[in-house]
Amino acid sequence: MYLHLAHFGVLVSLLAAIAPLPVRSIKTGVHLTFALLGLSGIMSACAGTMVMLSNSRVSAILPIGLPWLNCHQLLDPLAGFFLLLVGGVSAIVSLFGPNYVICSGTDTASARTLAVFTGLFIAGMYLVILAADAFSFMVAWELMSVASYFLVVHDHSQEKNTQAAFIYLLMAQAGGLFILLGFGVLAGSGDGFTFSAMQNASLAPYWEHIAFGLAFIGFGMKAGIVPLHVWLPQAHPAAPSHISALMSGVMLKVAVYGFIRFCYDLLGTVHWQWGVIVLLAGCASALLGVLYALMQHDLKRLLAYHSVENIGIIYMGLGLSFLFASNDIPALAALGLIAALYHCMNHALFKSLLFLGAGAVIQQSGRHDLNHMGGLLSLMPVTGGCFLVGCISISALPPFNGFVSEWLTFQTALQGTALESGVIKSMVAVAAAALALTGALAAACFVKVYGIAFLGQARTEDMLRAHEVSAGMKTSQIILALSCLLLGIFPAPVINSMQAIPTALLGSGLSSIETNSWVWLTPVSARASSYGAPMVLFGICIAWLGAYVLLHPRRRQTPVRFSPAWDCGFGPLEARTQYTASSFSQPIRRIFRPVWPIEEKVTPPSGATNGGRYSIHIGDWAWDKLYLPLGHLIQRSARIVARLQGGNIRTYLTYSFFTLIIMLWIVS
Amino acid sequence: MNAWILAFVQTALLLLLAPLLSGWVKWVKCKLQCRRGPAPWQPYRDLAKLMRKEVVLAHNASPLFRATPYLVFSVTVLACSVVPAFAVGLPTAAIADVIVLVGFFALGRFFLSLAGMDIGTAFGGMGASREVTISSLAEPAMLLSIFTLSMTFASTNLDTMVHFSLTRPFQIHPSFIFSGLSLLLVATAECGRIPIDNPSTHLELTMVHEAMILEYSGRHLALLEWASMLKMLIFGVLITNLFIPWGIALIQGAIPLAIGTLSMLAKLMLIGAVLAVSESVLAKMRLFRAPEFLSLAFILSLLGMLSHVVLEVY
Repeated sequence: MYLHLAHFGVLVSLLAAIAPLPVRSIKTGVHLTFALLGLSGIMSACAGTMVMLSNSRVSAILPIGLPWLNCHQLLDPLAGFFLLLVGGVSAIVSLFGPNYVICSGTDTASARTLAVFTGLFIAGMYLVILAADAFSFMVAWELMSVASYFLVVHDHSQEKNTQAAFIYLLMAQAGGLFILLGFGVLAGSGDGFTFSAMQNASLAPYWEHIAFGLAFIGFGMKAGIVPLHVWLPQAHPAAPSHISALMSGVMLKVAVYGFIRFCYDLLGTVHWQWGVIVLLAGCASALLGVLYALMQHDLKRLLAYHSVENIGIIYMGLGLSFLFASNDIPALAALGLIAALYHCMNHALFKSLLFLGAGAVIQQSGRHDLNHMGGLLSLMPVTGGCFLVGCISISALPPFNGFVSEWLTFQTALQGTALESGVIKSMVAVAAAALALTGALAAACFVKVYGIAFLGQARTEDMLRAHEVSAGMKTSQIILALSCLLLGIFPAPVINSMQAIPTALLGSGLSSIETNSWVWLTPVSARASSYGAPMVLFGICIAWLGAYVLLHPRRRQTPVRFSPAWDCGFGPLEARTQYTASSFSQPIRRIFRPVWPIEEKVTPPSGATNGGRYSIHIGDWAWDKLYLPLGHLIQRSARIVARLQGGNIRTYLTYSFFTLIIMLWIVS
Repeated sequence: MNAWILAFVQTALLLLLAPLLSGWVKWVKCKLQCRRGPAPWQPYRDLAKLMRKEVVLAHNASPLFRATPYLVFSVTVLACSVVPAFAVGLPTAAIADVIVLVGFFALGRFFLSLAGMDIGTAFGGMGASREVTISSLAEPAMLLSIFTLSMTFASTNLDTMVHFSLTRPFQIHPSFIFSGLSLLLVATAECGRIPIDNPSTHLELTMVHEAMILEYSGRHLALLEWASMLKMLIFGVLITNLFIPWGIALIQGAIPLAIGTLSMLAKLMLIGAVLAVSESVLAKMRLFRAPEFLSLAFILSLLGMLSHVVLEVY
């Protein structure tokens, strides 16, 4: 019954892809698509939630697919959780979509392509999560990748967008190949391509390591761990904002889902080396992601680098979970897994919120560079308020949701003393340090984003044209902001209902969570650590009320007086005297100087003009040191191979002749 | 119920003590420098006067600017209610562990930096930029040095940590020396004291905290000043009670509580005097020397943690 509902969701999203084709008016077509997408999102989210809450496991074999391999489908708590994420976020984004697409002034043809590929993209994500055999998994995976390629390339009038989309497609295909090979290793040792056959496969340890390595690279490419992240900061600014929200908010999570499914479910036994690799990759992604984000001044590019950071935090939780699982401490492995999954959910919510807010700002002002923004809070109060919630959540500040999952990851890392090896224990300690540094730097980065974009004075005239967005766009942001707050204040019930996932995968839930407490979160034991999120909010409110009551008589006597800001007696302040995004992060740039390849150029004032010019460009070492040499290598070897291609038919015939002879020789 | 009242009283007492501690530091400093300083209770007069004064806001101040003083103040008050000062076993201690405590400070700082950028003056942006730079190095060092203690006591709850360190037999941990030193360095940075920041300066190029709150006046300024005094007090209580916990009341009787209060006062006077001495002998650093200072704190805390993991875990 749950699976039927989920399948119905998939069908409705496919319907959403084709429904607008016969409709003539753009407006009706777009509204129709998004209404259907919203419906499918709600259905999938319901199916996922019910499966997770009832802790059931439903599977089905559909009569489609290859003759010898029908399409296997499975919905268990893990799949249900991710189905809830994808469905929920798609449903909320489809409130934002219609007005955003209509107001960005697209013509009929491009609105239709956008609708078709959005529908296919979302259907692809649902199908990946539901798939229970390698064939349908890969078909759905490619559907998701290719459809999202067409969404990234949607605004193909600018060359940099087509280039970004091409890089995305290339990396998605390469990643797909790795995943395919990974499945191949499992299927080769087992007796077939279904997941249940792969689970029963008995692999030699080195084949297990190879399969893990392939899956790590393949899913890591989609998830965007360093150094496989280079497509993210290029593709996200190119895509329309609601698509960026879906790609960053949920598509990366689908990759995380694939990774968890592959390691915990298909491979079964995890090795400690995997935990070390995943933990280190997580630390590197988190730190480098946030450090690169700090240096960006394109709003969406900055958010894309933050996705790298957050995927890093998720991988840290997973790595810790692997380490504990390999040391046979399932309760702590469950804690790490829960921390990672909770962060998946939180990141899906606050990153979609931030991308939608960025979309609203960019649409209203026409600018995407932070250095051109300023003062938007007074012009767009609702968007500004919701964006602030997103900033607080992503900076991991209490009492919002990002804090809870980082707190859980810290708690897992602090249990590292339970591990056996001294080296790994120290490594876990260093990972906790990296996580602490990441959190602090993320807060610094979002002070920059919010302070530069929404506060202060407008840096360009374009900002003054901005006004509050339409009701649908506001509603979707408000829903996301509220869910960030709710998940931050009531983590205990949510985590309780997530217990089914580690129980199914690891055979153990959290050891001591109090089952009927909605106030206290005690992941290890009440003695070791506790966090009462509702009490925190309550305490802040009480103290606020106290301060207000204390000062109230004064407020009567001396009302607030308004005057110009203090200008040190030098005349009115200008918008240009404010700090910019680049100057704000300058001290951090100076401290962590070797992390980025920086090109700085100062042109001294020349003759008539007073005032020189200063320009700074910050690249990415992964690009300079890894991908460009790799690209050159491929180009060079391609040139060598191209010599074979003379264009002369006689040479080609000779090639075929010799190939034939060699083949015959091998066969005989 | 009694315990809740006790927790409430402890919070109120700390709230009232906070100005006295900064007055005390200033007084000792003046004595050390052979100056006739203001009386230790001068901060109370300052606060009272600021509360009476009118609030002047810039024309383009947003609601965030007006809400920030209340938010920063209430978050700091909440932080002060979860720190065991005079007695352990108070019910408020379970609300937040030490990670949440660091989160409270980060939340306050987040809003304070945003408020600094709200008006759009160069000073505000400068203060905010410097503050987040310093804190992004200080915060991880603080977490790490406390994690070393948490790993020893197998708990991140401050209350449990203090209780456990009192009830077990006395041991000397090499890791505590590292983390204690690191925490001292972090505390000077977090409270905006010399050598990182100078609370008594309004010289344009050296301000950090003062630059952010430059646009505040009247009762808003009073709340912010009070919150920063409270923050210094919390750090004092935290450091003394984590590393020298003796004297704190383990049971809620009149005599243990009296001893707890007196010992707390003595410890605070001591740490205030230490701060005054260090502020008298040190000079303020250039901003770009601050990272070296803070990376020292970070390395010390990391060393503490590693030495704990390597030497003290069996």
